[in-house]
Amino acid sequence: MLVSLAWSSLGSRKKSVVLTFLSLLISISVLLSVEHIRQQAKESFNRTISDVDLIVGAPSGQLNLLLYSVFRMGSPTSNIKYESYEALQESKLVEWAIPISLGDSHRGFRVMGTNGNYFQHFKFGNKQALSFQNGQAFASLFEAVIGADVAKELGYQVGDHVVISHGIGNTSFTNHDNTPFTITGILSATGTPVDKTVHVSLNAIEAIHLSASKQNQLLDDANSVNTTPESVTAVMLGLTSKFATFKLQRDINNYKTDRLMAILPGVALTELWQMMGTVENLLRVISILVLISSLFGLSTMLLASMQQRKNEIAVLRVLGAGPGVIFTLVLVEALILVLLAIVSAIGLLSITLTLSSDWLAAQYGLFLSPNLLTLETLKVVSVITIAAIVTSAIPAFEAYKNALHSSLSAV
Amino acid sequence: MSEVAEHAHPNNAENDANPNQDAAIELSHVSYRYNGENSSGVDIPEWKVNYADRVFLHGHSGSGKTTLLNLLAGVLTPKSGTLSLLGKPFSALSARQKDKFRAQHIGVVFQQFNLIPYLSVLKNIELATYFAKAGKTNVSDAASKLLLGLNLPASILQQPAHSLSVGQQQRVAIARALINKPEILLVDEPTSALDAAARDAFMTILIDMCKQHKITLIFVSHDMYLKKFFETSVEMCSLKQSSLKQPAETK
Repeated sequence: MLVSLAWSSLGSRKKSVVLTFLSLLISISVLLSVEHIRQQAKESFNRTISDVDLIVGAPSGQLNLLLYSVFRMGSPTSNIKYESYEALQESKLVEWAIPISLGDSHRGFRVMGTNGNYFQHFKFGNKQALSFQNGQAFASLFEAVIGADVAKELGYQVGDHVVISHGIGNTSFTNHDNTPFTITGILSATGTPVDKTVHVSLNAIEAIHLSASKQNQLLDDANSVNTTPESVTAVMLGLTSKFATFKLQRDINNYKTDRLMAILPGVALTELWQMMGTVENLLRVISILVLISSLFGLSTMLLASMQQRKNEIAVLRVLGAGPGVIFTLVLVEALILVLLAIVSAIGLLSITLTLSSDWLAAQYGLFLSPNLLTLETLKVVSVITIAAIVTSAIPAFEAYKNALHSSLSAV
Repeated sequence: MSEVAEHAHPNNAENDANPNQDAAIELSHVSYRYNGENSSGVDIPEWKVNYADRVFLHGHSGSGKTTLLNLLAGVLTPKSGTLSLLGKPFSALSARQKDKFRAQHIGVVFQQFNLIPYLSVLKNIELATYFAKAGKTNVSDAASKLLLGLNLPASILQQPAHSLSVGQQQRVAIARALINKPEILLVDEPTSALDAAARDAFMTILIDMCKQHKITLIFVSHDMYLKKFFETSVEMCSLKQSSLKQPAETK
């Protein structure tokens, strides 16, 4: 009965109620989406690499190594010897090793030299292996495999010829016009930096750094010039036993013949995420402030209605409603509005996320789940509800006082 | 005794043990003053209204009619003295008990704004049964019977209260006041917003209803014309005057 009364009472003040509802809807949507994106971005972040136990590179910071080897951000400070890679691969503790060589780009997309191990052992997300949406891995010197985004954005197809330049900028002065590559495969979308990478063999990286005359010679006869790689940028390791991780890390860090550094990707990712915590917290604070302001809007709306509801309260009092009932009634009105706004916000966000998930994945590499009904959301929703009860206690108390002093026909 | 027992309503049987059972309303040395105001307020040394009496209570404005009504309804609590309703020491009840008692035993009709405008007539009437915790299953039937007796078509039950004329609203207010079969009906200037024809019709129906249901009616108005509808008429000043005759008993 009280709920139905509160509902009718809201219905009698449609305009201000609808405006208040919209303000609540917006603020709750903002708060929920910030929380959701925060959660999902973290997950999306953590899915870039999976099943790699150690990343080995030249000594620098662990964040630096992580950024350039996994996220293809920044430039490697220096390389490690190819012999070191071979030594790592031969270690009994190592199950597989993926060498990567960075530093070149193709029309804004990073070019990465690697070998067959990459397509076989690299995993992302929840231990998902790479797969080809088209074609296959490169087999010879001037062949390349491109990520899904590269194919989509540049319109490349299997069999196309591309030119790979030296350096990272889009318009490098020293375009390696002489070294055309044939695309042999396109990877399926992963939602990780892999989608934005052009993969070639390690030998090809060597080849594109040769002089123009030697390149011409290579194009005529692939065996005429030695293209054995001398160095790689980093090596990703999968170990035979997880327990060996720390021992191997120590051994690598103390390696005598080359200066090496090994990092645990999980630890480095966590450190990276903590750095982004400031931005994350700022967003949270802003969305909480927006919510508080719209909750004040709600209680202002209810307070403003008190004057015109004096008669209504007097009638209810006479019918035997105690001041406590009047208090509850106002609280129920506020809760109806807030709960409706929460449900609508969840609905709205789910629809928006469903519709924009492709665009977000392609544009920002963000893989957001449209499912908002998580424990985290539940927590946020209960906090919103409690905050709504606290703020609407102000008009409810006003109504309570009104009810205490209301008298018959006090006109 | 037996005569009173006939009068008494079944849900009021427990009050029969009270020696003052013939009085539906009994005031003794009741006084009330508004804070900070010396002039207004009421002092009533003694006043009794018997079961099923219909009392016309009149007096000029400011004489304390409405204050008395508020005391009787339990919205105000006397500063001193005792007020008994249906043999119960009403003024000694807790606020919560008063609210419950009012919901179950007292019907009230105001000058105007009796109904919650955005609710349907039926919802308005249902509210009364809800707060009385009457547990009535079919309010709609009882309400349409009452409305029929008040010369209102049952079809208005579904209409929102604000769409009715003032005269209709006042009659719906009576129906609502009577839905819980109260022993006491308090009415405050209900005709002030009605024209002459509507007023007479309203009065006739009100008196009929009270006779029919053996309801103790306290009707407050300053309009002496309405006096002709009542057998008993009390002037507010005379209630107060008696305090002058017995100064020892006033506070």
